[in-house]
Amino acid sequence: MVEPGRTVSALEADEVADGDVEEPEPAGIPRRRLVFRRFLRNRMALVGLVVIVLLFAIAYLGHYLTPWDYNEQDFTSFLEPPSAEHWFGTTRTGGDVFALTMRGLQKSLVIGLLVGLIATGFATVIGTFAAYYGGAVDRVLMWGVDLLLVLPAFLVIAVLSPTFQGTTWLMFVALLALFSWMVPARAIRAMTFSVKEQPYVQAARFMGVSGPRIVFRHIIPNISSFIIIDATLQVGFAVIAEAGLSYFGFGVQPPDVSLGTLISDGARSAISYPWLFLFAGGALVLFVLAVNFVGDGLRDALDPDAEGGSR
Amino acid sequence: MSTPRGEIPKTGSGRGGHMTVTSRVGAAECGGTDTPVLEVRDLDVAFPSESGRVHAVRGVSFDLEAGEVLGIVGESGSGKSVSSLALMGLLPEEAQVGGSARLRGQELLGKRDSELSRLRGRKVSMIFQDPLSALTPVYTIGEQLVEAIRTHRDTSGRDAMTRAVELLRMVGVPNAEERVNSFPHEFSGGMRQRVVIAMAIANEPDVIIADEPTTALDVTIQAQVLEVLRRVQRATGAALIMITHDLGVIAGLADRVMVMYAGRPVEVADVDDLYRRPRMPYTLGLLGAVPRADDRERLPLTPVDGNPPSMVDLPPGCPFAPRCPMAVATCRRTEPELLAVDSARHRAACHRSDVLAERDLAPGDIFPRPQTTGAGVGPDRREQRPAVLEVSELAKHFPVLKGTVIKRPVGTVYAVDGVGFDIREGEALALVGESGCGKTTTLMQVLELAAPQQGAISVLGSSTAELGRRDRKRLRQRMQVVFQDPMSSLDPRMPVGEIVGEPLRTHGSDAAATAKRVRELLELVGLRASHADRYPRQFSGGQRQRIGIARALALDPQLLILDEPVSALDVSIQAGVINLLEELRANLNLSYLFVAHDLSVVHHICDRIAVMYLGKLAEIGSVDAVFNTPAHPYTQALLSAVPLPDPARERTRERILLDGDLPSPADPPSGCRFRTRCPKFAVLDADSKQRCIDEEPPMYDRGTDHGAACHYAESLEVL
Repeated sequence: MVEPGRTVSALEADEVADGDVEEPEPAGIPRRRLVFRRFLRNRMALVGLVVIVLLFAIAYLGHYLTPWDYNEQDFTSFLEPPSAEHWFGTTRTGGDVFALTMRGLQKSLVIGLLVGLIATGFATVIGTFAAYYGGAVDRVLMWGVDLLLVLPAFLVIAVLSPTFQGTTWLMFVALLALFSWMVPARAIRAMTFSVKEQPYVQAARFMGVSGPRIVFRHIIPNISSFIIIDATLQVGFAVIAEAGLSYFGFGVQPPDVSLGTLISDGARSAISYPWLFLFAGGALVLFVLAVNFVGDGLRDALDPDAEGGSR
Repeated sequence: MSTPRGEIPKTGSGRGGHMTVTSRVGAAECGGTDTPVLEVRDLDVAFPSESGRVHAVRGVSFDLEAGEVLGIVGESGSGKSVSSLALMGLLPEEAQVGGSARLRGQELLGKRDSELSRLRGRKVSMIFQDPLSALTPVYTIGEQLVEAIRTHRDTSGRDAMTRAVELLRMVGVPNAEERVNSFPHEFSGGMRQRVVIAMAIANEPDVIIADEPTTALDVTIQAQVLEVLRRVQRATGAALIMITHDLGVIAGLADRVMVMYAGRPVEVADVDDLYRRPRMPYTLGLLGAVPRADDRERLPLTPVDGNPPSMVDLPPGCPFAPRCPMAVATCRRTEPELLAVDSARHRAACHRSDVLAERDLAPGDIFPRPQTTGAGVGPDRREQRPAVLEVSELAKHFPVLKGTVIKRPVGTVYAVDGVGFDIREGEALALVGESGCGKTTTLMQVLELAAPQQGAISVLGSSTAELGRRDRKRLRQRMQVVFQDPMSSLDPRMPVGEIVGEPLRTHGSDAAATAKRVRELLELVGLRASHADRYPRQFSGGQRQRIGIARALALDPQLLILDEPVSALDVSIQAGVINLLEELRANLNLSYLFVAHDLSVVHHICDRIAVMYLGKLAEIGSVDAVFNTPAHPYTQALLSAVPLPDPARERTRERILLDGDLPSPADPPSGCRFRTRCPKFAVLDADSKQRCIDEEPPMYDRGTDHGAACHYAESLEVL
């Protein structure tokens, strides 16, 4: 009596709706691999990554390209513009700007990336755990944050740096990182509060997933956009902060140089002797830009809503 | 149908204050009986978007006669709200609107915003879904009403205020003179929606558009608000366009119903014809997919498979064809016109409607009704089966804290105050009640597996008060949860395979075993194993809920806690999930604790039901006993408020309307908590009343598996 009922199972109907016939793949590619795949598809991010690698390569291998060393002086040429002999020109004291920039780049790349990673990592862990566990944990951690916020970072570093004089400049990285994670930690804590209330976090909790696992698997990926943006900002900030401190005699000391010291020295005569400033400044801009591209790529790779999200 | 309702308007409060309104009805009568108030022709709306042009509305035409109530039904994305926003000129700038809409001969589309502003509120007004955001929080409702009145009328502030009070009285706000100076936050949701209705009728518009006006409200409040809407519509003689997804709400309110699908009306008919003689498979599908509270047989629902099409690139042919069990080749080639079937007033857009008309087919005839092996309850009587969850005298009180630096308790919220029930193996118990009754708190108490403040919870025989950390984690495997919102209960940044596999990994399954089980689970809930590396966003709501269910089933639990698992889904999708839940329960011998506010759904899925009111159980018993012979006055009111998708029954049904709102759980009434709103209490004599005031009613046993917490419980058939 009835039309031959075309019984469509949910499966088939779905196939019709999707319109795609794909190879039956093994269920469940781990998220890490998926993210990696999606990252590689992002051209700008790959460019950024290549630029960073190239910057590292040239920073460490650059001195093989030129006969000049960063602490050598050419007493025959002072304040010369770029030439075949001195690719980036020379300084007031006859230093080779190319060699100096490469040397500075070595320091700044490491300082920038390390401070960015350490500070953001610290901020993420403290912020998420404080918010996730709440109560006493939150209060104690936030006391720590507030304490560090009210301490004048500059003074503390100034007081502490004679103690570390002669030890490795990596100590300086630690100090910079120590004073730059509090504000992002507060922001991350606030974001965690809203993510924590999401049903998927509750679902994980009622499944028996442990607290730290929930934080790392569910909460951090869901606020990763902010974390990544913060990390890229921190990188640029660290390079500049280092310059400021070095200027006052802490941090990288002459004859050693960093991009920061080069920029602050060169900036004064940026108009009349632009090569003193431009190359170091350009390297910094290139570096920060590359980090930003990588950051954006990572963010999009982690965010399924981003363009190109569907495989 | 075009005769305006000229009857004398009655105001519910019976305190008068409708003089202006009465005169308005006269005006409507003179305004013309034959010409429609609103003529919509070929309304067409498209939005540019990144993925292409979204053709949201594709040719909607209708006439709205004076005083008529037109119901527009459709699922999300069918274009029903967009059409009404287009009429109001409220769409964003980038929307491309075509066609024509004439309000008493005056073209609305293409008018500048400033011109439309003069019409909006005066000639056409709108009631939105969310009464919370429709009112400005920083002004008193009086000020907002006065503003609505004075925008279109040259009256003094004092006159406008008098009118505002009058309007509030008309929509049944008690103590209107005082409440007019309150702020929106001092009103409950239902009261706020009344205020919004008052604002909508402030200038006696010709047309009121109500977009899901009761969707955000509880069922008893919904009944109140619908009553107000009905009364107000009659009193003002305005035509009403009622947009909703709820076939039950429309059945009792509308004169004519238009069903929309994929941006087009697919069927238009008088309300009785539409429900009794649907002539379009989609309408049939919708009717077959709605669970009914008065359905004694409880056959499996007939879900409409598949999902609504994307409105970006619609293929040629009928947009419903891919989901239609009656589709033939023609359906896939040409899109059917909206043509008359049966009579001129009944039109359907379907190539096969003649077949439907000829054979008078019902939903079950054309949509495959899934076979289920009956409810999962085993042969033993319930007392003989082991209990999977026992809750006794459970209480959860929250302190009300005040002070900024030092918080001191100033009161207590009695969120849950002595609740007891048990669930036997293979059984489904529904916990129902309105928002604020404590059902979510109860659920959370059970899920926490922690020692309760008072009372006891025992899951699978072990009391939560005696659990160590390890035991608790082990017990979690046996008890899993499915949440209400399928959007937010799945981590958006995790591939589905990892989401479903997470409970397995957490409880120590290795990668290979997990992958295998994930595949099985996805297939069990009707998805494909190859979907595992997609993200939740790539699935529709129904599919996402299936993923949620798959995750809950991963560890072979015995008890599944379902927190409103279908309330966020569209009707045609919801039916599929309900059927899945029933099937799983039967096949896997699961027990459900089903928390819901939708009594029709509960009636369909569950064996037993517990009705909560203000932190206490009002009635508990088998679904048949409670639905057929409810004994507690609250249950009776609740059941009588459930809208039925049956216009004839809706018209004759008598509703027990409750007064006012839920009292604050921080200050519950003494004795019986329901007495302040109880219709039975109101008619008792003084001595009997005193008992309700002094003595808290215990759960009186009413025969086999039925109990009611009322001193004067009497069975009453309300459905």
